[in-house]
Amino acid sequence: MQALVARYGGPITALMIFTSLVWVLGLLLLPQLTMIDYSFRPALPLAEIGGPKDVYTLENYTFLFGNAGFLTIFAKTIWSSILVTIAAFAICYPLAYYLARGTSIGRARLLIVALIIPYWINEILRTFAWMLILARGGLINMALMELGVIDQPIVFLGQTPTIVLGMVYAYVLFMVFPIYNVLDTLDKAQVEAARDLGAPWWCIHWRIALPHAKPGIAVGCISTFMLAAGSYAVPTILGGPQSRWFTEVIYSQFFEGMNWNRGAAFAFLLLLVCVTFIVIMMRLFRVSLGEVAK
Amino acid sequence: MSIGESVHLENVTMRFGDFTAVDDVSLEIEAGEFFSFLGPSGCGKTTILRMISGFNEPSAGRVLIGGRDMRGSGPNRRPTALIFQNLALFPLMPVWENVAFGLEMRGMARSARRRRAEELLDLVALGNAGDKRVADLSGGQRQRVAIARALAVEPKVMLLDEPLSALDLKLRQHMRAELRAIQKRTGVTFIYITHDQGEALTMSDRIAVMSRGRLEQVARPDAVYNEPATPFAASFVGEANIFQGRVVGLSAEEVEIETDLGRMRARNGGDLRQGDRAMLFVRPERSSIALGGDGGRIEAELVEMEFEGSFINLRLRAPNRQPIMVQMANDGGLGEMARMASVPVSFAARAAIALPEGELAHQ
Ligand SMILES: Nc1ncnc2c1ncn2[C@@H]1O[C@H](COP(=O)(O)OP(=O)(O)OP(=O)(O)O)[C@@H](O)[C@H]1O
Ligand SMILES: [Mg+2]
Repeated sequence: MQALVARYGGPITALMIFTSLVWVLGLLLLPQLTMIDYSFRPALPLAEIGGPKDVYTLENYTFLFGNAGFLTIFAKTIWSSILVTIAAFAICYPLAYYLARGTSIGRARLLIVALIIPYWINEILRTFAWMLILARGGLINMALMELGVIDQPIVFLGQTPTIVLGMVYAYVLFMVFPIYNVLDTLDKAQVEAARDLGAPWWCIHWRIALPHAKPGIAVGCISTFMLAAGSYAVPTILGGPQSRWFTEVIYSQFFEGMNWNRGAAFAFLLLLVCVTFIVIMMRLFRVSLGEVAK
Repeated sequence: MSIGESVHLENVTMRFGDFTAVDDVSLEIEAGEFFSFLGPSGCGKTTILRMISGFNEPSAGRVLIGGRDMRGSGPNRRPTALIFQNLALFPLMPVWENVAFGLEMRGMARSARRRRAEELLDLVALGNAGDKRVADLSGGQRQRVAIARALAVEPKVMLLDEPLSALDLKLRQHMRAELRAIQKRTGVTFIYITHDQGEALTMSDRIAVMSRGRLEQVARPDAVYNEPATPFAASFVGEANIFQGRVVGLSAEEVEIETDLGRMRARNGGDLRQGDRAMLFVRPERSSIALGGDGGRIEAELVEMEFEGSFINLRLRAPNRQPIMVQMANDGGLGEMARMASVPVSFAARAAIALPEGELAHQ
């Protein structure tokens, strides 16, 4: 603080602090608090807001647990997001290891660029591309029919596995790069020392590379899980009535059911799950918040 | 504890693309020997060590350990343990797990591993550091953990890549003695890399002096110092006054060389013949300020005197402006010399060695 004043002078420091406060309080904290406040109030007609019926209640929350349909979607969203995270990790760890250790720097750069280029295209467009591939008359079905493997098109769209696939595709980069970054700092001599002491390749991963990569894995898993659980575009485009995502439920509460209070309660529950996931991951990988923020 | 095995290199060559890092090296290192590779940076020392440990296969030639051809055996299947230049300890494991890592890989039970690790830590005088984190150790302690970790797998051959280069002088001297003691106690063959000649001279049974991927000389430390085989070895190890010229006379053991500074005589160290271009080397401590000396005599001008206590280094300049060094014992008679306009430097023919002209080390 004093350092800031010394460096930029009083007025500028005051301005910086003021704008930061406006940002954090006005644009982040207050809206969230308002939503939480909403979530504990009943949905009332405009006239009755602030009236005698407008009291704090848990009914928006208990509603979810009383509604088997919504509860299933909620559980499935979380479970599928975990699956997305696991699948993304299974794909990204070997890829990141190869990029960081298994190839020349030039080749690695080329591959990284190749990985990033698809992400220049908007997430919605990328997901539409998958729709074209997986649709009833899409690329895969056409090819399989041509080859005579099947005679009826397979229904991919609207299935949960398809959504999981679409999300893995949409979010792999958020898993690859954190892991790549930490593996890149792994000293080559450590891998060689382990090998020299008799470690087989899988043991080198288990005892040396994976422990070293823990902070990156934690960051990758947290980002991927949060993105998957909060995803709206992918389930809307690739999904169907049987594969609804909890974000879609929240959306419909807000804008179709016009029940902001219940929507807020649902959103808050999803947020709680995500925070719980972060805490579990950090415990599991024994990394601190500071390391994750890096 | 394990007993060492021999290491033979047979015409070993290592090429990286069209660059030859190690060029046709043949060498027999005996079981239980403390053998050092000494040479300037980039001369191929690490590359040789990596071929012995199995991280690189030679482009040509063979590596034999204990008489067995090692081609095709990876580092995890050779009876060697490598201590890396930067030690490469595992920072996420406590000290004892570092030491026990090799045993873990061999499937030893946890409690037995722990016991063995403690024994090894005792051996390197780190008895109570087993549960510490690697990051909390001092440089010298880390060094010893690396040694214990390598000893744990009971290697027949221990390979050390400049393991002391990161330590300060005092600790380095201490660790030299300690390494040597561990080698004696275990009987393991030690192959040691350094570009510090003092280290190589004090620790080794034998030294290989290398330059640009080739062996210049393989000999005992005193022989490398007193009987250098090539101009490179003579100028890389220790200080030397160097005089160039042409052979004008030959006798049974000695040669006479015509130099810019007159005729000089020296032992014939390299089969010199009449008329050959030759280089004459004489160590500063074997040159003296005197009129006698049947090897050579130069009237030099005194430039500087460095007082080192028990001895004195004199820096002089010959008439052709070539620098000359003389090291003499401190006999108390200094003042007189400082007043002399020109100083007679001489040496005995026995003290000097003449070699065929060749490349010198840049120092
Ligand atoms: N993998 C490699 N690819 C290409 N060139 C290499 C490779 N490894 C070593 N070299 C080259 O081989 C030469 C010898 O290298 P080496 O590491 O053996 O030197 P060194 O004697 O250990 O030097 P230092 O004392 O600096 O460690 C160097 O010129 C180096 O650039
Ligand atoms: Mg080296």
